[in-house]
Order: sequence, then C-alpha cells, then structure tokens
Amino acid sequence: MSSGVTQRGSRTPRRPRYLPLHVLLAFLVVYFLVPFWWLIVNSSKSSAGLFGGGNALWFSDDIDYGENFRQLFTYGGGIYRRWLLNSALYAVAGGVGATVLAVLAGYGFAKYRFAGRRLAFAILLGAVMVPTTALVIPTFILFAKIDLTNTVWAVILPTWLNPFGVYLMHVYARDAVPDELLDAARVDGAGEFRTFLRIALPLMRPAIITVLLLSIVASWNNYFLPLAMLSDNRLFPVTVGIGLWQSTASTYGAAGGQSLWSIIILGSLISVVPLIVAFLTLQRYWQGGLSLGSLK
Amino acid sequence: MTLSLTPSTSTAHPVRAARRRAPARRKNLAGWLFVAPFGIVFVTMLILPLGYALYLSLFRRALIGGTRLVWFDNYVKAFNDPSFREGVSFVIRFSLVLIPVQMAISLAVALMLDLMVNRFARFSRLMIFMPYAIPAVIGALMWGFLYSKNFGPLADISSLVGADAPDFLGSKLIFWGLFNVVTWQWAGYYMIILFAALQGIDPSLYEAARMDGASQWQIALRIKIPLVAPALLLILVFALIGTLQFFNEPKILQPLAAGALPEDFTPNMYAYEQAFNLANYNYGSAISFSLGAVVFVCVYLFLFATRKRGSFLS
Repeated sequence: MSSGVTQRGSRTPRRPRYLPLHVLLAFLVVYFLVPFWWLIVNSSKSSAGLFGGGNALWFSDDIDYGENFRQLFTYGGGIYRRWLLNSALYAVAGGVGATVLAVLAGYGFAKYRFAGRRLAFAILLGAVMVPTTALVIPTFILFAKIDLTNTVWAVILPTWLNPFGVYLMHVYARDAVPDELLDAARVDGAGEFRTFLRIALPLMRPAIITVLLLSIVASWNNYFLPLAMLSDNRLFPVTVGIGLWQSTASTYGAAGGQSLWSIIILGSLISVVPLIVAFLTLQRYWQGGLSLGSLK
Repeated sequence: MTLSLTPSTSTAHPVRAARRRAPARRKNLAGWLFVAPFGIVFVTMLILPLGYALYLSLFRRALIGGTRLVWFDNYVKAFNDPSFREGVSFVIRFSLVLIPVQMAISLAVALMLDLMVNRFARFSRLMIFMPYAIPAVIGALMWGFLYSKNFGPLADISSLVGADAPDFLGSKLIFWGLFNVVTWQWAGYYMIILFAALQGIDPSLYEAARMDGASQWQIALRIKIPLVAPALLLILVFALIGTLQFFNEPKILQPLAAGALPEDFTPNMYAYEQAFNLANYNYGSAISFSLGAVVFVCVYLFLFATRKRGSFLS
C-alpha cells in the first residue's frame, strides 16, 4: 500500500479511474481544433470546391494548395507578402521595445527605494486597468497633429506602453534577484548599470522571455490600433489586410468575391503559423512564466 | 502590497541614514534612470492622450459658429445617447454571462489536467491553449466560416437530424455566436495560468489531506481552488477589462452578419464609427473617455471589494 503511494510510476490502478476524464478531454481537444482543421481542409479547395456544396470538413477531389499559394502571393502585386513582413516588423519592434522598457522599469521599481517610488508604482498599477483601446482614438488625433499617422511609428510607439509587463518584471525581479548579490557587486566597484547587466539580467531571463512572447503576440494580433492609424494598405499588418479582403469579398457577395475567398482562407492559415511555431518551441519558458502575475 | 502608506524604514534610523546619505542619493538617481525610459513612454502614450481626449471632449464642432467649449455636454449627450447606453448594456450583459462560464471551464480543465500526468494530458494542454496564439481577427473569421451557410458544416450536420441549421450570425443567436468565439479564444490562456498556479502548490498538502481520508473532490474544493484564488482574481480582472472594450470580433463578423451587428453594437465600435466614419473627434473622444472611465471604475471597485492578502493590488 505505502509503496504504491510513494512510487508515482506505478499507474496501473490510475488508468481506468480517469477514463471518463480522458474522453471528456478528447472532446474538448476536438472542439478547440475544429476551426484549424476547417482552415487546413478548405485552403486546399478552389472556389468551385468551396461553393460546390461538398463536405465542409473534408477535402474535395482536387487538392490544390499550389494554385492557391500562387494566387495568394501574386494577388494585388504580391501585397500579402508585404503584409506578413509588416506584421513581423511591428511584432518585433513593438515587442522588443516594450520588453526592454519593462525590464528596466521593473528592475528599478523592485531594487531601488527612490523618492516618489510608491506614488509612481501606484499610478502604474492604475494604468494596468486602463483599456488600451480607449487610448487609440486620442492617440490617433495627437499623432495626426505631428503627421505621424500612416507611418510605421504610429503602430510601433503605442505598443511600447505595457504597464502589466512592468508589473510582471517587478514581481519577478523582487523575488529572483537577491539584494546581497547586488551589494557584493557594488562593493567590488561595479557601477549600477553594470551590476544590472552582469548580475540581474541573467537571473531575470525566464520572466524576460515570457514578457517578450506576450508582447510579440499582442502586437502581431493587434487590429484596432493599425486599423485606426493606417490608411495606406502597403503599411497594413496581416490582420488588417485580411480584414480588408474579407469585407471586400462579403460586399461583392458570392459573385465577385468568390475568387478572393480561397486566398483569404489560405492567408489566414499562413498568418497563424509563426506564432504557433514560436509557442511550441518556447513552451519550456512561458508555461511557468504565465502564472507570474498571480504569485504573491 | 505596495499601496499601503507605511513610513519607510530608513527614517527609523536617522543616524545610519545620515551616514549613508551620499551613496543613497546616487542610488536614488539610478532608480529614476532605470524607470525613466518607460516613464517617458508612459507620459507620451498614456497621460498625454488621456489628457488630450479629456480636453477634446469638452468641445463641440458645429456647422455654424465652429468649435466651441461645451464643458461636459458631450458626456451628458453620451449617457443619454441610446446607442452608447445600449452598447454599454450589451457589454455588461455579455461579461456577466461570459466570464463565469469561461472561468468555470478553464478551472475545470486545469483541475483535470493537474490530475492526469501523461502524454495525452500534455498534448491536450497545448492544443487547448493554441487559440490564444491566433489573432482575434483570424479567430472570428474562422468561426464566421464555420457559422456560414455557404461554407460551414452546420447545415450538413443539422440536415442529418432533420433540423434547420442554427444561424449564429442572425440577430437572435449572435450573442451566442460571439460568446463561443471569445470562449474558444481565451479559455486556454486562462487555463494555462490556473494550471501553472496549481502546479506551484506543495504536493505534501495533498498527501496530508489523503492521510485524513479526503477524496480528490474534497482536495480540489478545499485545497486547490482556495490556493489558486489570486490567479482566479487576476483572470477575472483581465476578462472584465477585455470584454468591456469588445471590438475586434464583432467588427470582423459585421460584413458576414448583415443586420445583426450595427455600427453601435459595442461602445468601442460606436466610438470608432464617430471618430473615423463621421469625423466627429470630439464626441468620439468623449465616448472613449467614458468607456475608459467605466472600465477603470468597475475594475477598481471590484478589486477593492475582493482585496485579500497576497492578491494583485492588495
């Protein structure tokens, strides 16, 4: 009996007990994967196959990824490729910028007792609760005054504001970077910034990767901000671009929009691949990091 | 946590404080320098726009007489405007239904996954989380396709049982159509946060409970759920902030759901309509600012009412 409790490897008595849970879980997985499956299947179809009334959740007779690929990347002078590159630029520039600022500020709040710190931190926590979309219209009007709308900066600069990222870095730095280590480095004559780079930064790595990943996802997935800021479709990220195609295709109805639907579907599929790959390869880091904000 | 106003410890030892003054001042400066870059962005991207929105919202532009100061007239107008009121009422009703269900699902799945330690559970965890990595635009589009009469499987499935396909893009069921999209998108993210919190619990607590004859149910209810309460609170706040500013999903489904999703469906859509389609920046700013204030007050009151030791903002 006691050996059965201590040896976690012996799971013969466990299997049948959790069988109903496994079945339930399998159903859930199917539910969460159905939309992906629909995209994979339907991006292989020509518009005839899409509208031909065949099975919506299975391939039609002619699987034609190649033709759809060709159309997607040549439509409108290859604008889709440009949208993907724009998305990558906004995600990397926005995400890296937000993370650098959050790491510095989080460390500053956690490790220095400077004058005005309490007030500044209280304001920061209040800002976590300000909905970001409420800032879009005022920021647009401000940027319009200084001719910054319809440039890449109009999308990148507002994403650098990530108060929750600062809060996460603060929590992590406070617990993971011991003061004694910092003091020892100072006694050895290292300057404040050098101490930060050599001692604190390596210790903060798991939290940095989490905040970086979350910021990149937030900018890659952003829609309201670029939709409001940009009017030149050569600057669109892929989310706004596909939204544009979709509303065009819907307006023209089944008649004119048919050819557009197959590239919208393949375009949607391709646009989700980079982040899925990033999450799968970096899961070791973010799975623990995501619970940071709820720790004491 | 840090909102309490206890005097700092250095004042308790004036002598020691005086002796250390010089390096302390240097460290004071260093602290500010670390925070300054973010501070600049904070002021220019948050304080300035908010202040400017407040300023703009006090004016009104008329065809005759140009722009004039009307003080809080735009706010009086907004809170009497049926479009804004119905939008606010919708997002509040939507939150009240969505958030409890979403939290219950993510908590149930997290508890299940915490019990099952095998490869299938690990695989499921990733798959359920996957929708979080999908842009809201693409998520809404995918479900729009699945709901659609042209491409969706609903018609095929319903004809098997001899019923009419439910129209999740029609005005009757659009609430549940959106409900499903948002649950699908976020439940996995919340589940991962809760799962990570569950994994952080000391397993010796379970051993002790089992010795006392507690069942898995009792362990879940009496030990696990109370210990992940801070994580639940964090999720609730995020879900509340996210849902009150609802925009992407209805905006994307709009062309597909002709008639069911008007331009004033949510407050954010209404603000967008006013600012960008009607070029009415003053009124658009007033709506944005009102929405921001409503969210801020709701969340702050909520946090104040539920504050506990050890939780976010306590």
